[in-house]
Amino acid sequence: MTEKRIRLRKREPLSDTQMLMFISIGIFCAMYIGAMLTLGGGFLKPQQIFDLLNDNAALIIISCALTIVMIGGGINISVGGVIGLTVMACALFLNGNSIENSALSIVLTLLLALGIGLGFGLLQGFLVAHLEIQPFIVTLAGMFLARGLTTILSVNPVKVTHEGFLELVKTKLTIPWLGYTAQNGNLIPAKIEIGALVALAVVILMFLQLRYTKLGRSIYAVGGNRQSALMLGINVRSTVFWSYVISGVLSGLAGFVFLMHKPAGNASVAIRSEMDAIAASIIGGTLLTGGVGNVIGTFFGAMILSTIQKIIALSPLNASWWQEMANGAMLSFFILLQSVVLMRKNRARAKKRKEIKEKEKKKDES
Amino acid sequence: MKTNKRSFSGLGQLLIPLVALAILIVFNIFRDISFFSIDLRFNNSGNMVLTGNLVSIIDSASELAIIAMGMTLVTAACGGQDISVGAVGAISGAVFVKVLQGMGAITIGTMLIAFALCCLATIVFKLFNGMLVAVFRIQPMIATLILYSCARSIAYWINGDATPQLRNEIISAIGKTIPGIPVPTPIFAVILVGLLLFLIFKFTSLRLYIQSVGINEGAARLNGINPTRIKLISFILLGVCVSVAGLIGVCRLGQLNHKTLLVDIEMDAILAVAIGGNSLGGGRFRLSGSILGAYIIQMLTTTLYAMNVAPVNVKAYKAIVIIIIVVAGSPVVKNKLTALWNRLRSGPARESARKEGVS
Repeated sequence: MTEKRIRLRKREPLSDTQMLMFISIGIFCAMYIGAMLTLGGGFLKPQQIFDLLNDNAALIIISCALTIVMIGGGINISVGGVIGLTVMACALFLNGNSIENSALSIVLTLLLALGIGLGFGLLQGFLVAHLEIQPFIVTLAGMFLARGLTTILSVNPVKVTHEGFLELVKTKLTIPWLGYTAQNGNLIPAKIEIGALVALAVVILMFLQLRYTKLGRSIYAVGGNRQSALMLGINVRSTVFWSYVISGVLSGLAGFVFLMHKPAGNASVAIRSEMDAIAASIIGGTLLTGGVGNVIGTFFGAMILSTIQKIIALSPLNASWWQEMANGAMLSFFILLQSVVLMRKNRARAKKRKEIKEKEKKKDES
Repeated sequence: MKTNKRSFSGLGQLLIPLVALAILIVFNIFRDISFFSIDLRFNNSGNMVLTGNLVSIIDSASELAIIAMGMTLVTAACGGQDISVGAVGAISGAVFVKVLQGMGAITIGTMLIAFALCCLATIVFKLFNGMLVAVFRIQPMIATLILYSCARSIAYWINGDATPQLRNEIISAIGKTIPGIPVPTPIFAVILVGLLLFLIFKFTSLRLYIQSVGINEGAARLNGINPTRIKLISFILLGVCVSVAGLIGVCRLGQLNHKTLLVDIEMDAILAVAIGGNSLGGGRFRLSGSILGAYIIQMLTTTLYAMNVAPVNVKAYKAIVIIIIVVAGSPVVKNKLTALWNRLRSGPARESARKEGVS
């Protein structure tokens, strides 16, 4: 019995989601190994991976936030703006409050960050799901609102001076056995920031949520085909609404994580990061049309983007315009690859369907 | 009942932009009537020039209006938006300046050659986008994300680090005013592009083709329309619009800065298309709505400046107004308002009569 089941599962073709995800994972591995062989240096140390995680924790979280909305067939370009607003608001709150208990004030800051994200999520979700306004316009307005509010709060950069929080920034998880020996013989352990751990937790939680909860499965159904989802008895409106709320809260969390990485607020924090997040989602195999996508793929998409950055920073072509061009080239490569893969697959599927139909016809005739 | 509904939708697509414009005008009348004053003054070079808020609104919205027209076509045909217009506009400006510098003297002849070449370059880049969208069937926003992220770098690569200056009478005639004509020249460019598109739609069936491809691609193909070609044509037209906008942008400032030329215009252009009542999902479109949308956005910005809102804070207020406009124009709110209006008109007597009839 079990043998049969395993065989059946083996024969089952990969779904679009898994196919695109495996491509992006494969390319990440290939790229990383290539960098190890050609550039060597930092890429040979495990710390490099942790650095990628540390530097891009916020990007990973907002990419997840975007993926969820994109699977539901929408888009959310306000994520970068919400990060900027959250960072600024939290920095001002930390500097301004007079709560003596530093743990309490940090918790309150976290709540503030989540609250800002929740507010944006509720507003955008309501406008998109219940008033049926185009998501692009709603979240564009959300982005403008967040960026505008940021500059209203403060035009000048704000540095966090709260001691308890700065301590939290410095707190890092150390793994001695993954470290390396420096030139002077000291063992430097691998370090992971709390933000990176939060990002990993978000990825895993969102993966489980999308895969195993009712809401997560409804999001796939609504994104795949709204009409059929409605026919199946799924509450389309509330599904879309909650996808935006989750996305908003995650962007707020990303703002807090960003502040833990760089404890200063600035009007240009995370500017244009929404486009990076969209790119990460696409590279990870999420389709803008909805219904297809995976948070794990998105995670690798974000890692691919940051690895490109690192490679270019280490190579002799270290200039911002080279980096942008490489990003563009990479993106077009992935997009073309996806399109070709999906096209071939669709063609194969159509062919199979035709064969099955012909077989049935023959059966009927005989 | 039916006639009532029809009269409501008679204004159709233009209802939202017209209402938004009316609200802005009424608001400005109550705020400060001198907002609308127009003067005839001499500028620095001794020419008669029209000045005033209205003129500056129509003048400075020119690039946006031109790009919004092209964006409307792409949106209608492909059901998605091109977010690389600003960045590709920077490339067109860079090519224009490079060619002009290469030829030395700036005369009308060299200007025309430079413009033709920058048009060509823009169309090549737009065809790249168009190929991805039409042949490889990639969603437009993603396909154009590539150039969005790297086109400004290409512009940098064309022209190097410098911000080349162009000081010339012809340049300022295009970017500002032609001596003797008090109306800023960019306004004529909008009219020219609008007229061009109008004539194309008048004498060809392109409008019908674009709409049918946008509404149902498969059905369009079955009816003998080649969707790939229509989509590519819409991208080519957008490319022409972008290069005109890039030219105006360069001439207005008399210099090229690949980082700030037409920056963030893609978002405003998409907004203009949406405010104009066009569906962002493709299908039916109205160019006049998009042009109106562009002017509404610029008027909003100018009104906010006139109210002494700091330029960096304008975005927040703009967002609030956008939200109000789209909420007022959303189908759900519209239906509810129509239902309410009908109930009010038919009155309580009829309502009760209908209830009795039902029971």
